[in-house]
Amino acid sequence: MVDIPHLDEEALAELRDVMEDEFSLLIETYLTDSKERIERLKEAMMKGDSDAFTKAAHSFKGSCINIGATRLGELCQKAETAGRNGDLNQGSPVVDEISTEFQRVIEAFDTLMVRDVG
Amino acid sequence: MDAPATEPDAGIAAGSGPLRVLIADDSDSDRLILKTLLTRLGHHVLDAANGHEAVALFHSGQPDIVLLDALMPAMDGMEAAREIKRCAGERMVPLIFITSLSAAEDLARCLEAGGDGFLSKPYNRVMIEAKINAFNRMRLMHQTLSDQRDLMHERNRKLLEEQHVARRVFDNVAHTGCLDAPNIRYHASPLSIFSGDVLFASPRPAGGMLVFAGDFTGHGLPAAMGAMPVAETFYGMAGKGFDGADILREINQKLVHILPKDMFCCGMMVEADFELGQLNVWNGGLPDAWLVRSSVVLFRLSSRHLPLGILSTDQFSVEMETIRTLPGDKLLLMTDGVLECSNEAGELFAERGVRHAIEGLSSGLHPFDALMSEIRRFTGRQKFRDDLTLCCLEMFYQEGLAALPEGTVPSSLAGPAEWNCVYEIRECTLEKFNPLPLLLHICMEVPGLRRKSGEIYTLLSELYNNALEHGVLELPSEWKYTSEGFCQYYSERAKRLSGVSDHYIRFSFHHEPMHWGGRLRIICEDSGQGFDFQNHPALQSMEMEQSGPRYAGRGLILLKRLADSIRFHNQGSRVEISYDWYF
Repeated sequence: MVDIPHLDEEALAELRDVMEDEFSLLIETYLTDSKERIERLKEAMMKGDSDAFTKAAHSFKGSCINIGATRLGELCQKAETAGRNGDLNQGSPVVDEISTEFQRVIEAFDTLMVRDVG
Repeated sequence: MDAPATEPDAGIAAGSGPLRVLIADDSDSDRLILKTLLTRLGHHVLDAANGHEAVALFHSGQPDIVLLDALMPAMDGMEAAREIKRCAGERMVPLIFITSLSAAEDLARCLEAGGDGFLSKPYNRVMIEAKINAFNRMRLMHQTLSDQRDLMHERNRKLLEEQHVARRVFDNVAHTGCLDAPNIRYHASPLSIFSGDVLFASPRPAGGMLVFAGDFTGHGLPAAMGAMPVAETFYGMAGKGFDGADILREINQKLVHILPKDMFCCGMMVEADFELGQLNVWNGGLPDAWLVRSSVVLFRLSSRHLPLGILSTDQFSVEMETIRTLPGDKLLLMTDGVLECSNEAGELFAERGVRHAIEGLSSGLHPFDALMSEIRRFTGRQKFRDDLTLCCLEMFYQEGLAALPEGTVPSSLAGPAEWNCVYEIRECTLEKFNPLPLLLHICMEVPGLRRKSGEIYTLLSELYNNALEHGVLELPSEWKYTSEGFCQYYSERAKRLSGVSDHYIRFSFHHEPMHWGGRLRIICEDSGQGFDFQNHPALQSMEMEQSGPRYAGRGLILLKRLADSIRFHNQGSRVEISYDWYF
């Protein structure tokens, strides 16, 4: 897991190519979306709703993969598997890991955008 | 000819134009990427954040292709897919699931819900373009196929409609004549709207009937085309008093002229003379006709000629077989559809089947019914493979005239009222030409006589046949009325006809108006020797003495009944009759 990068530079380059002017809007959208998804994960875990937990993790995983947040995507997959197994106790540390990794992703994007602007 | 409707999205049909693509994904960022990707590819995108929105947009936006995320809040992708496919109905709208699911059963559930394919995350520009194009090709192919299918249905419907209309016209020309007469039973089952089988029947002006059955090569419309001229010829000529041979000759000539080389018409002509109890039959290519007396097969009348529409007029023979009948005898005639019926084992009904039905006839059962039920029993649920026609003509005792419907109400103003006409035929024309239809035609110009065509025809044919057979050919009439003399009579008649020389038959007509209507006088003279009636032992009455033995029998009785006066001169070689008609 350690050798997986926070952001897939190659994927991001392609996205930038596709999105052109809307690239920064996309990143903003993703980040806003993700905060909400992490809240949803936590909520589902509190309620012990493994089905909602699985769905949220699955959905979050999709957008992470698309945006090039590869390591975060892997963690979502881990959470999804735990949810699918109905084992929310195992989900708890993963959600923490997701929160932490998400901070790294925010930082990485900040750096990227600053570099862009500069 | 209708111009094809303009295709509103002709550009897309050619594969080059923009598509309307509906996408549904609850992830805003994913939706943004996909929407941007598709827009950049030139498509028009409708985007929904959940299943409900997707279904609503599907209704309002009429997309060409749908991309659905499998897992969404507020109606997930599976449910939305089912709803969308249900709405699309027959329309093919490719539905692609966007998913990062990978378990086989999850993917299978997507397909069961109506999905046509998958697209996985992360999105790949090249893959998306290729998928959209591939599914669009499928959509267009489906569209083309259903358009063609609809077109075919429409064409077929129109064709059937046209055939039904054509059938009504056809039925007016090729009507069934007097097939509904009480002595005729028939069954006709065509394979399609049109039949290649024909069956016509017409009463003859002087009594008796003509029946014609035909079977054109093939079936359906092409086969039926030839039936129209045959029907016209048959009914036209039969009504004018032509005999079966003349009509056959005419039909053959017409068909030779109009039918393509590989087409012809097997046919049978039947002349029924109920008064004499006699059938004349010509069979060219149809199965045997069977003359049945109770349950005994008396005769089989096999094909002795090539079908109609093959031989040129000079090679074509109209020779008929003549058989004596008794009232109650039944002639069964059929097309080969009857013999070619097959049962479930693939065996043919064949002549064996016909014979079995007739000979197993229980008393009281009509052979027509027996044969029909035997055919139905034999074929069971098998469909007929050819047009099938079966007809049964029953001989009955009939004296004198057929009940021909009377024509138009006569008017004293229209038509010729005072006229004379002399018509004479000579030499070998006596052998080859029947002048009766022509003579009848001349008389029918008088409207008052037109109503009496049956009587006039009878008068003319009695006068003519008497002049020819007894005057010119000197055939003794008593032969005709004994079964031993019968064959001799007809063979002698043919023999003597071919050697006729220095002979004539002359008709003189005189018509004048009367205050009650009109009077037609006919003088029939022939070149025969007449008869030495003074010394003839058969003379028994004054009438016979007056007429000579040539008018013994039914001819005299008939003439006396129809005409107002008859006078015989020169031993009967000159006969004068007078016929009055009334307003």
